[in-house]
Formats: sequence, C-alpha cells, structure tokens
Amino acid sequence: MARYVVKRLLLMVPTLLGVAVIIFFLMRVVPGDIVELRFAGEGASVSRDNLDKERARLGLDEPLWKQFITWIWGIARLDFGTSMWTGAPITEEIRLRFALSLQLAIMATVVAVLLALPLGVLAALKQDSWLDYAVRIFAIAGLATPSFWLGIVFILALLIVFKWLPPMVYTPFWVSPWQNMLQLIWPALAVGYRYSAVATRMTRSAMLEVLREDYIRTARAKGLWQRLILSRHALRNAMLPVLTVVALEFAFLMGGLVVTEQVFNLNGLGLLFVESVAHRDYTLTQALVLLVAFVFIFVNFLVDLAYAWIDPRIRFR
Amino acid sequence: MALARPLETVEAPPAQAGWLATSVEFCRRRPLGAVGAAIIVVMFVVALAAPVLAPYDPQLVDFAAMLARPSPAHWLGTDSFGRDVLSRLIYGSRTALIVGFVSAFVGATLGAVLGVGSAYFGGRVDLYMQRLMDIFISFPLIILALALVAILGNSIPNLITAITVPMIPRCALVIRSSALSIREMPYVDAARAAGFGHSRIILRHMLPNVMAPYLIMVTAFLGQAILLEASLSFLGLGVQEPLPAWGLMLRGAAVEFAETAPWMAIFPGVAISLSVFAFNLFGDSLRDALDPRLRTQ
Repeated sequence: MARYVVKRLLLMVPTLLGVAVIIFFLMRVVPGDIVELRFAGEGASVSRDNLDKERARLGLDEPLWKQFITWIWGIARLDFGTSMWTGAPITEEIRLRFALSLQLAIMATVVAVLLALPLGVLAALKQDSWLDYAVRIFAIAGLATPSFWLGIVFILALLIVFKWLPPMVYTPFWVSPWQNMLQLIWPALAVGYRYSAVATRMTRSAMLEVLREDYIRTARAKGLWQRLILSRHALRNAMLPVLTVVALEFAFLMGGLVVTEQVFNLNGLGLLFVESVAHRDYTLTQALVLLVAFVFIFVNFLVDLAYAWIDPRIRFR
Repeated sequence: MALARPLETVEAPPAQAGWLATSVEFCRRRPLGAVGAAIIVVMFVVALAAPVLAPYDPQLVDFAAMLARPSPAHWLGTDSFGRDVLSRLIYGSRTALIVGFVSAFVGATLGAVLGVGSAYFGGRVDLYMQRLMDIFISFPLIILALALVAILGNSIPNLITAITVPMIPRCALVIRSSALSIREMPYVDAARAAGFGHSRIILRHMLPNVMAPYLIMVTAFLGQAILLEASLSFLGLGVQEPLPAWGLMLRGAAVEFAETAPWMAIFPGVAISLSVFAFNLFGDSLRDALDPRLRTQ
C-alpha cells in the first residue's frame, strides 16, 4: 500500500510537468504580451526603449527555455513568484479566491448529494415507473441546463417575486456567516443542480446493478427489513461509482465555474483565470492552471485510495 | 419453389430490417429517445428554414421597438437594440447546430482514431499516449477552450477548434477501452496474418467495430459542445455580435435589463436547455439500444 501511494505521488510529477510545459508555451503563443497591453492605452507616447526595459524587468527578454527553467525551478521550491500585472505574490492573489471557490464547491457538493442519493435510490427501486421517468427527466434536464443561465433565472425570480437581490459583494464566511450564505447559496444551488444530475444518474444505475446481486436476494430471503437491506447491503456497495463522479465533479468545480462566477459577481478562481489570460499575466495564469490540474489529479488519487478503503476486494500493488 | 417461399418468409430473420422499421421499433421501445429525436428534427427544420420562419431580419436594429414586451408583433419581445428575439433565436439555432455538429464529429473521430491506434499498437505507444491524454484531461474543459480562443482569436472556425480539442482525449479514453478487447479478436489476427498494413487494420477492421461507443460519444459531445459554445459566447469569447447565437443573447444587456425585460434572459436559455436536453435524451436511448453494458457518466 505504501509503495502504491509513493508510486502514484511520483507519477503526478510528469503529468504536472506536462501541464506546465503546455500552459507555458500556450501562453507565449497568445498574441500580445503584458507590456504591450499595459501601455496600449498610452499609445505612441511610450517608446520602444521603455517597453524593452519593462520586459527586461519582468524577465521577458530572456530566451524561452531559460524563462521556463527559472519558473519551474521556482515551483520546485514552492515559490510561485509574483503576479506580472499587480506585482503581488501569487500565493496572496490566489489564497482568498481559492477559499471562495472551495467553499462554493463544498456547498454545491452538499446540494448535489442531498438531491442525488434519495432520487437515485428511489428511481432504481421503482424502475420504469412514472417516478423513475420523472427522476430521469429531471436529471437529464439538469445536465442540459447551463448553470450560469439557471443563476440568472434565480436572480430574476428573487427580484420579481421577492423584490430582493442577493448581496453582490463578497463577505468572507468568518466575517459574517449569514451574509456569506445569503450570497453563496444561489450559485451553489444553480451549480448543484447540474452536479446532482450527474450523481443521480450514477446512483440509479449503480443501485440497479447492485439490487440484482445474489447477496441482496439472500438478505431478502433471510427476511431482513427492506430498509436495512437498502442501507447496509445495497447502498454501501453502490457508493463506489457515485463517489467517483462526485469527487471528479468536485475537482472540476474548483476551476471550471468561470461563467457562473461571472453571473454572481464572485471573485473565484475561474474569474481570476479569465482576468489573468486577458492581462497576459503569464506567471499568474500558469500558477492557476497548475493549481487546478493539481487539484484534479490529487482528487483522482484520493478516489483510488478510497476505493481500496471502502472495498476490501481491491488491493493495490 | 412454391413450397419454399412461405417457409422463407416465415423464417427470414428480421435482422436486415429497413431503417424505417428500425426507427419505428426504436420509438416504440424508447419513448424518451423518440421525444429527443423529435425535438432534434424540429431544430433542424427550424435551422434550415430560418429565412422563411423568422418574422424579422435577426440583425435588424429598430430603436422604435427597444425592449418591447412579447406581443403579436414580436412574439418573444425585442432586445435592447429592438431586434426581434424570436428571429434571433431561430437564426441562433444555425450557429448552435453547426458548432455542435462539427466539433462533436471531428472531436469524436480524432479521439476514436487515437484511441484505437493506442490500443492497437499497445506497449510503449499506448503508455505515452495515455500519459499525454492524462495531461490534457487535467485541464478543465472550459479552461483549455478559453486558452485556445485567446490564442486563435474569435471566429467561428477557431471557436469550433477550441471546443473540439478538449473533447479529443475524453473520447480517446472511452474508445481505447472498447478497442482493447477488439484487438484480441481472431479477425484482427487474421488481418495481420494476411499481411495488411497498420492503417488498413485500424481503419477497416477495428474502427467499424467501435461504432457503438463512437456514436454514443458523438451524441454526448453534441450537447456538451452546444453548452460550451453558449458559455464561451456568454463570456464574449465565442460568437461575436451582431451574429445571433444563444449564449451571446444572454450576455450584457440581458442581465442588465433582467428586471424590465426578463424575456431577453429567459428564452435563449430555454432554447439552449431544450436542445441539449433533446440530444442527451436521444443519446441516452441510443446508448441503451446499442450497448447496455457501456456506461459513461
């Protein structure tokens, strides 16, 4: 087991390095650099000399391979550098945004699981009944509805029905939990619905599979209560695939909420990414992509570990 | 002869039933899929007949009718430039279908070729290919698409490229797992023994046998591509004004005037959801019909 963990952790390094190479060179291919963009407003008044000086200050005059090595060497020492646009340390720039994205992702997961488990189990128990059809349609509709649009509809409904608008300025949870919840519950619901759709479908199909197993028939034959069969025998065994999709979706939420954040005016990681690309802020964009990729790979790894923990039949070499 | 005839008709297997009979059977056994297919057909008709169906020119600015409520003149109201929302929705279906179909087909096809090739060659090729796919999959779909749009610039072909690229590794993974078992089939050995080249074995012998997962991936990607196009257009990184596109219609003014002109924000979203919903319904039923064992998320 320990060997497996070490091996998996080591295998993350080449993948992350690949991500680093791709985003580093992708950013350099984007037309226009940060210096041009920053001084674009001032037009011809900035001389070529000054532009070059600014580039030299940011280290952009070095050959690409040298810039890359410098950056990677910094990352290896956990030094992400400073944002090229604001000059602030990148860890500072990301910290607050990360907290916001994390909180939103957790809240959306809670919404999704609370919806998905009962709905999925019910649909599986009453397969092909009208209830099953209703749940399936609800789930497919969830996959089809863009969460950013659902967010707009929520805002609209609150505005028209209650004449009330959720707060548009972010309050950290530790400052005022109430204000914070009032703001974040709406995006969490909007995102959670889509998220629950994925999980509901998985719960339903996993339950359908498990309910056909011999040990369920045995449990029924023993005369166990339906409730006990469901909770102890069926649900526990159906949880593995559900856990996988929930975890992967969670990893996706950490960086993929670009549009929903825009609708609710939330300064999360997604919005920061859009801004940093627009500014051609190379260091910040690179750090963000690496962070999001790391979260994704790490969550994948945790899922695999959880498999072994939940299902003793799975053993890793 | 006279005797053999009735026997033949009785025992003829219905395997080679015409496509009409197959579709009727599909609709009867999978009502949800049939509903999805019906919506898709309607969408196609609307997109093709847009000039006939649309009551106004979708780009016609009419300041006399700004933010008009839904009325007999403008069934779904007008936007902040006085453009007819219904006409823009009708023409927007063209954008959605073109972007959706091209990127889903190209993405799934390239993915299938890579996946089958990876499974066929195995060994080191497979290992490196899988690592490369892992790297691309660790980028969230929208982030990769965003970065590509930033590099390529805004235009419909570039938008299609940006949506296609993130789909390729996702399809390659699924197809590879089905192709792994096909590689062991006797007919692949036979083809190899006959001395056929790699490309012939891959294209003629293996690809046709991953048709079921391939079709499933195409329908799944279609919905996703339409959603992604809408998201990118909403961010201002996709289709540009004054071209009509559903995601673009939700941008800016739709949110600004949400209180006074909610129709601007509601109808394009309904159009996006309904079309993706239809593709998902159809794709799901197709999956159940083609291969009940294959489960994708």
